[in-house]
Amino acid sequence: MNLLARYAECVFWMARYVERAENLARILEVQETFARDSTGSQNWASIVQLNADVKPFYERHATPDAESVSHFYVLDAENPNSIMSSIRAARENARTLRPLISTEMWTQLNVFYNRLREMAPAQMTQGELARVCAVIKENCQTHNGITEGTFFRDQSWYFYTLGRHLERADQITRLLDMKVMLLGAAPNPGSAVDIAQWNTVLRSAAGYHAFRRVHPRGMTAAAVVSFLLRNEQFPRSLASCIAELDHQLHELRRRFYLRGGGQALEKLDELRALLAERRVEDILASGLHGFLDNMQIMLGQITTDIAQDFFGAASEE
Amino acid sequence: MTATHQRPDHPMAGYERGDYYCEVTGNGSGGAVAGQFLLDRIGAFGLDELRRRSALAERELYNLGITFTVYSDRTAIDRILPFDVIPRVISAREWSVVEEGVVQRVTALNLFLADVYHEGKIFKDGVIPKDLITGNANYRPEMVGVKVPHGAYVHVCGIDLVRDEVGVYRVLEDNARTPSGVSYVIENRHMTMRAFPELLAGIGVKPVEDYGVRLLEAMIDVSPAGVSDPKVVLLSPGAYNSAYFEHIFLAREMGVPLVEGRDLVVRDDHVFMRTTAGLAPVHAIYRRIDDSFIDPLAFREDSQLGVPGLFKAYAKGNVVLANAIGTGAADDKAVYAYLPRIIKYYLGQEAILPNVETHICREAEGLAYTLANLEHLVVKPVGESGGYGIVIGPRATKQELDDLRVKLIADPSNFISQPVVKLSVCPTLAEDGMRARHVDLRPFAITGKKTWVLPGGLTRVAMRAGSLVVNSSQGGGSKDTWVLEDDPRSSQSQTQGEP
Repeated sequence: MNLLARYAECVFWMARYVERAENLARILEVQETFARDSTGSQNWASIVQLNADVKPFYERHATPDAESVSHFYVLDAENPNSIMSSIRAARENARTLRPLISTEMWTQLNVFYNRLREMAPAQMTQGELARVCAVIKENCQTHNGITEGTFFRDQSWYFYTLGRHLERADQITRLLDMKVMLLGAAPNPGSAVDIAQWNTVLRSAAGYHAFRRVHPRGMTAAAVVSFLLRNEQFPRSLASCIAELDHQLHELRRRFYLRGGGQALEKLDELRALLAERRVEDILASGLHGFLDNMQIMLGQITTDIAQDFFGAASEE
Repeated sequence: MTATHQRPDHPMAGYERGDYYCEVTGNGSGGAVAGQFLLDRIGAFGLDELRRRSALAERELYNLGITFTVYSDRTAIDRILPFDVIPRVISAREWSVVEEGVVQRVTALNLFLADVYHEGKIFKDGVIPKDLITGNANYRPEMVGVKVPHGAYVHVCGIDLVRDEVGVYRVLEDNARTPSGVSYVIENRHMTMRAFPELLAGIGVKPVEDYGVRLLEAMIDVSPAGVSDPKVVLLSPGAYNSAYFEHIFLAREMGVPLVEGRDLVVRDDHVFMRTTAGLAPVHAIYRRIDDSFIDPLAFREDSQLGVPGLFKAYAKGNVVLANAIGTGAADDKAVYAYLPRIIKYYLGQEAILPNVETHICREAEGLAYTLANLEHLVVKPVGESGGYGIVIGPRATKQELDDLRVKLIADPSNFISQPVVKLSVCPTLAEDGMRARHVDLRPFAITGKKTWVLPGGLTRVAMRAGSLVVNSSQGGGSKDTWVLEDDPRSSQSQTQGEP
C-alpha cells in the first residue's frame, strides 16, 4: 500500500517534535541544576545566556526569574523553541495524520497539548520547573509507549522511527555541547564541580545507571563523552541512533521497494567513521564543540536528503 | 393515570411542550410516542447525575478532538458541538416513512440532474422553467453531456426535515452538494453508549456504525469501469476547514487516504497522488471541496485548494467525483419549491415527505397569496444561502414589510414564501432542568448503484429557549438519534416500570 508523501513527512515530524519536547525538558532540568551557584541559589539569567536567547527573552520579560524563565521555555507559544511550540507542532501533525495513526495516539497528544495550554504561568513557582519537566517527559514517554503498542507497522512506522532517532541524535549532541559551552566559565576539568556537572548531564539523558554498568567506578569527561556518543547499548547514544537510522532506511528499501535514501545512507556511513576513527581524548583536546557542530551539520543534511527522496514528491512537478 | 415524569422530583418536572409537537410526549392528542419509555429511564438518574455525566461526555468529546476550530486573528479555539445527552427517539413505523421518502427524493434529484445536463425533457414539458435552472449560479454548463456512472449525481445527500405541530415530517431543505454532519451522528451514538449504557440496555436501536463502509462501497460502485481495484481517496480543503474533523473521521471509517489538492496531480487526463514511491493512480474521489474550488483550470482560477486538470479527467470518465459537479443546480430554494412536481414528473408519485407549504412568487397565484399574507409568512430570496435576505413576517417592522412588498413586485421570481414553521421540540437538559427545545433532523442518504439511508440522522437542537436556530454556528447542539428496531407494543409499556 502506498503512503502519501505528505503523510510520510508529517509522521516523521510528529515523532521529531515529541522527541524534541522530551529532550527540551531534559535539558531544562539540567540547566536548572547548573544555574545554582555555590550557595545553592538560582541564577536564572544564566539559563537564558546558555541558550543564546538573551534578545528574544528580554523582549518579553524584564527580569529572569523562576516564573519568566519557565514560562519562556515551557509555555510560551510564541517562542518557537519552547516545549509548547514543539507539542503544538506534534499535535498539528497528529491531527493531519488522524486517518493513519491510532485514536489513542491522537487522543493522548491532544490531551497533552490541552493540558499544557491550561498550565498557568503563575503555577511556575520556584521548584516547580523540575516537576513540570517530569510531567512533560512522562507524557512524551507515554506517547512513545502508545505508539509502540498501537501504530500499524507499515512504511509510516519506519518514517516515524527515522524522525525520532534523527531528533534524538541531534539532541544528544546539544546536551553535550551545553556542558562544553559551560566549560569556559566552569570549574577546572576534573574538579568536584566539573564531575558533578558531568554526572548531571548523564542523569538528564537517563544514562547514569547505564554508565555505571560499563564504568562501575570513577567518572571522567572522556568516559562520559565516549559513553554518550559511542555506546551501542545505550538507547540515547549517538551510535545507537545512527544504527537505528541505518536499519530503518535499509528496511524502507528492502521491504517497501523504495528507491530513495541512498545519499542519507552514505552520510550515515561517514558519521559512523568520524565517530570511530578518533580517540575521545583527542576529540576533547582539539575541541568537542567543533566536533559536535560538525555532527549536527551532517544530521541536518541527512534530514534534507530524506525530505528530498521521500517527501519531495509533494513539490516535484 | 399518573406519568412518572409528573412527580415533582422527576427530571421532567415542569416540562412544557407549548404549542409544538414533542418528540417524547406527542401533541396531547394521545397515541403512543416512541420515546415515552425513555422518561422512565431518565427519571432513574435525577438531574444532578444527568448533569455530571453530561459534563464528562463533553470533556471526552474535547479530549477526543471531536471539535471544530474557530479561527480568530491570533488564536485557534477548538469548540465541541454541544452534545445534549437526552436522545431523540424515532419509532420504526415513523422511520419507514422517512426512509422511503428520502429514497424517493434522492431518486428524483438524480433523475432530474441527469435530465438537466442531458436532454432537458422536463423543460420541454413545461414542468419547470429552464431559466430557473440554467440561470442558477450553481448550474455548471460544463457538465452538459458528461456521463456519470449509474446516473448517480448526488452520492451523498442530506435532507433537512422538520416536524410540524401535528407531527408530520416535512422537508425544509435539500443538501445535494457537500452536506456535513454525519460524523456527529456516529460519534453521538458512541458517546451515548459510553456515557449512558443503561439508557440503551435492552432496547433494539438500529446501528449507525457502517456508514463509512457503505460510503466506500458506493464509491467503488461508481468507479470507472474496467478498474479492478479502484483506489478511493477523500479530498479535503485541509485542516483550516471547519468540517475537518468530519473529513478525518470519514477517511478513517472508509480506510482511505485523506488528501488535499496538493497531493494530487493530473497526467494525460488521469489522476494520481504523490506517494513516497512516486505517483500512484486514483479512481474515485469523495470530495469535500465546492465545485468552484476543485479545479482552477475549469472553475475559479484563484483556487489554491483544487487540482489543475481534474475536471477534464472527470469529464473523460477517468476518475469519479462524489458528489458530481453541478449538483447545486438541484438544491436551491427555487428548485425546492418545484420538488413535489419533479417527483411526480419522473416517478409518477406524490411526494412521501411533503415540503413545507411553499408559495412560488414567480407564479401569479403564489405572488398574490404572499402579498396578501406578508405579515404571517417567511419570505426567502431564492438565490441566497445562509439565511441572507430572509424576512420573517411576524417579526418584521411595518417599514421592512413595505420595502419587501416593493421588492416582491419588482422581481417576483427571486422569491418564495413559507409559513413560519413550528419546529417540534424535544426534552433537552437545560440549566433549570429538562426543557423543551426545538429540533430538526438531517437524514443522510448514500447512492451508488442504489440508495441507502443511514437510520436516523443528525438531530440538531437549538440550545436556547424559544430559539428556532439549530445551526452550530449559532449555538446549536446535537442529540443522539435512535431509530427503534421494533416499536413498543402499546402505550402501556411506558408505565410497566412503575411500582
